Amino acid sequence: MFFPISNAHISPIYLVVVGFIIGILGGFFGVGGSFIAGPALRAVGLDWNFAVGTDLAHIVGKSVVAAKRHRALGNVDLKLGLLMAVGTFGGVEVGAQLIQALKRAGNVNLVVSIVSIVVYLSISVFMFWESRKTLASQKTVRRPIKGAKTTDDHSALKHMTRRIQGLKMWPMIHLQTSGVKISLWTIILVGLVGGFFSGFLGGGAGYIRMPSMVYVLGIPTHLAVGTDLFEIILSASLGTFTHAVKGNVDILIALVMHTGAAIGAQIGAICTQYFTGPKIRLAFVPLPIIGAAIVIYTLVTGHKL
Amino acid sequence: MKPEAAKILRAFFIELGVYAVLVVGYFFLVLHFLGGWLLELELHHRYTYASVAILLIIGQAVVLEGVTTLLFRMLRGRSE
Repeated sequence: MFFPISNAHISPIYLVVVGFIIGILGGFFGVGGSFIAGPALRAVGLDWNFAVGTDLAHIVGKSVVAAKRHRALGNVDLKLGLLMAVGTFGGVEVGAQLIQALKRAGNVNLVVSIVSIVVYLSISVFMFWESRKTLASQKTVRRPIKGAKTTDDHSALKHMTRRIQGLKMWPMIHLQTSGVKISLWTIILVGLVGGFFSGFLGGGAGYIRMPSMVYVLGIPTHLAVGTDLFEIILSASLGTFTHAVKGNVDILIALVMHTGAAIGAQIGAICTQYFTGPKIRLAFVPLPIIGAAIVIYTLVTGHKL
Repeated sequence: MKPEAAKILRAFFIELGVYAVLVVGYFFLVLHFLGGWLLELELHHRYTYASVAILLIIGQAVVLEGVTTLLFRMLRGRSE
């Protein structure tokens, strides 16, 4: 099928299947799935700038579906999501501007590829280490967690999280849904970092924000997943607008991808009820590695880089 | 395979089938009728294109969420 906006020929079945897989992953892990969607779009010949912008547009739709489902399950902290959005918006614009500068310099594909490989692999290694350590230290805790969201979560980095929560920088914010009291500036900083990667590497940057919410802010994993999806709607919408104005979005490709993602996101969200926080984090580990492998493949084979 | 699992799986595949038919029809409508207009907007009215793009994707999300929820209810007799 020919997509005139990006001047690309891509099979709609391929787009729907990619969307469906990413939808399941997004609903389950609270991530946009850009570490797979971006490379998957690159693999069929779309330029990185179009892959980044179009992926963001598709993520907006998918996150609306998944966040709605998570809200029904009580997994969304709206107050936290709205406060983080302040930092996220600034970060998205900085990331998008950097993409534009690289486009002008003519090396956007190479730089984004290398940065994405480093980021994806770092996240995987860190989360593997942390979740394994946590699971090993809580072997005695075994109970079904249907509907659980606030208390039955553990992290090997709890001591670090407590120190961060102990930083008394005015104003302190009490997040009742998450059961956490923390400085507004810490929340904004997490949003800023997530937003930067959202604008620069594409997607909602859930691969940064979801772990950050768990390890830095101390939010239970189930709530981090749902809140991250809510946050992704805001950040990806802004990212989509910014990239669309700069000519980096093929909305027709995004609409086709989203038809698969819509059903996948619901399935993924329902599945979170049956897993504990550390297990969700451990299952998350292979995803960025897959994304990195696809990027390495396109770099090595010289696939339109 | 347990009867319950088989029932869920069968319902899921029926849902996928119905959904696929709806999606193919939707492709025709959107790509055929909106393709040219969106290309024109993208080339000459970028801010309008950006706004329309967000409205389209959110609108599609809300509609598809409704469709998939309706399919779940119709075929399984309850909301998942």
